[in-house]
Amino acid sequence: MTTDVRVPAPSATLPAPAPRRGRGTAMVGKGAVNAALIVIAACYVIPLLWVVLAAFNATAGLSVSWPDPWTLENFSAVLDEETTFRPMRNGFILCGGATLLTMLCAVLAAYPLSRYRSRFRRPFLLTILFMTGLPITAIMVPVYGLFVQLNLIDTYTGTILFMSTTALPIAIWLSKNFMDSVPIEVEEAAWTDGASAMQALRTIVLPLMWPGLSVVALYTFIGLWGNFFVPFVLLQSNDQLPASVSIYTFFSQYAGVIYGQLAAYSMLYSLPAVLLYLVLSRRLSGAFTFGGSVKG
Amino acid sequence: MTSMTLEAGTPRRSSGRRALLRGLPLGPAVILLAVFLGGPILYCIYAAFTDMALTGSSGIDFVGVENFAKAFTSPEFGRAVLYTLFFTVVSAIIGQNVLGMILALLMRSGSAPVRATVSAIVVGAWVLPEVVAGYLWLTFLGPDGSLNAILASIGVPTQNWLYTTPILAVAIANIWRGTAFSMLVYSAALSDVPTEIVEAAKVDGAGTWRTLFSITLPMIRRSIATNLMLITLQTLSVFGLIWAMTKGGPSSKSTTLPIFAYEQAFSFSQLGYGTAIALILLLIGGIFSLFYLRILRLEENTS
Repeated sequence: MTTDVRVPAPSATLPAPAPRRGRGTAMVGKGAVNAALIVIAACYVIPLLWVVLAAFNATAGLSVSWPDPWTLENFSAVLDEETTFRPMRNGFILCGGATLLTMLCAVLAAYPLSRYRSRFRRPFLLTILFMTGLPITAIMVPVYGLFVQLNLIDTYTGTILFMSTTALPIAIWLSKNFMDSVPIEVEEAAWTDGASAMQALRTIVLPLMWPGLSVVALYTFIGLWGNFFVPFVLLQSNDQLPASVSIYTFFSQYAGVIYGQLAAYSMLYSLPAVLLYLVLSRRLSGAFTFGGSVKG
Repeated sequence: MTSMTLEAGTPRRSSGRRALLRGLPLGPAVILLAVFLGGPILYCIYAAFTDMALTGSSGIDFVGVENFAKAFTSPEFGRAVLYTLFFTVVSAIIGQNVLGMILALLMRSGSAPVRATVSAIVVGAWVLPEVVAGYLWLTFLGPDGSLNAILASIGVPTQNWLYTTPILAVAIANIWRGTAFSMLVYSAALSDVPTEIVEAAKVDGAGTWRTLFSITLPMIRRSIATNLMLITLQTLSVFGLIWAMTKGGPSSKSTTLPIFAYEQAFSFSQLGYGTAIALILLLIGGIFSLFYLRILRLEENTS
């Protein structure tokens, strides 16, 4: 009797008890899993508490305290041209311009990488993959030197070009993966009708991979929006700085004085990234399939 | 190109031209990458061997390996390398990687509302700009911060964590910020594992852990290797988060290589020396990548 239970019996011989026991452990397991997830989420939320509470508290300090009363004073204090509007506008021009340029180059580059076989393809893809992680921070010092010599320092053109370049490897990589999932048969019909590759790309492939491309574009924009170091090094005039840098100068200037305003400003600056992420969230996970990524 | 000729059965020259034509759309991307990524790397290699300074461009002299000799004999540089390795191993290879995997695995069997909430929170931390994340942790770990409030309530003496354990503090902040990436990669990879195989293993009597280590993880090893490469390289170059939290201090106790290179180049105006350090950082990144790519390649040859 006892030995019968211990020995893992083939499921066919013991059909009845197996599912019941399975469901019981699964329920306990599910409860434990949910509990573990909630604990992890709580650890994630605690650091966030300060910024939310302090933003609505006119007398906020560094400690977490319940706002009494809740007020929008901090927001109205930072919502002016100098502190918020101009840096945000600059950020949109810089990151928006860089995202457009990145997407244009990435889509063009993804097409041959996805559609044609060549012996250069694999080394090229590996190089791109390698570049996606290249420590951009490491080359900022020489980039600064290069930009001084090319007279590109403190210009939007130069900064946009460089920001696009930093975002390009991952954008090419993701675009290529999304393009791979568009079946080539659809295009072959267009080719036999005499359409060129670029016509096929524009009229057939792009409309089909629109959801994927929007993922890449939003991902690129969010990454650039949060990027601090590149504009910090390449831009100098105060009125050209985007929000990512101005929040830092704002904090260094008023450190220890107006934490509530800093928190309010942090929330305003994070808002575009968070909103865009909400648009993106349903489609995001598909972008991160690296499974067979460097094959072929 | 030879293989193409054979396949298509067309004359060699026209095939070559066709290949060139087909590769043409790569042009804009290749030009941008060559000018703004390749250019600086070459410039980096050149400048690292000069005594280039920030002030006064006149008189740049070629100094050979002097910058590197200076770096390798300087105790500050040695410490920065150690801090960088600590930061990378603790926050990326252990922290983000393992926590990301745990989250991805737990998500598979959690109930839907919990799953949605947790992933929104974890990804939210990742979407926040790095400077904001830095400030959040600055206040969280500070003398009056939430962590001390929690610890005081259970009787642990309060302290300024950014002064007592600066490098661990920035490493944990980086785990908090970066885990979402690994979680997304692993969630996508796990959803590609055929459920029949896992079921079959269970039927054969393999327990949960056994199934995980003998079936699931080996099946997604390519994703693990790729993810490790990407997060290692990303973590090596973290700047804004550390700069916002500690500026590399106190007394350089959280100065990783990017911070060190930046200080030498811009605060102390030694562009040549700063560049040499940046080049070493680039090489460390390259070594890590080659290592991971090598694993992927071995995989391909054996499977």
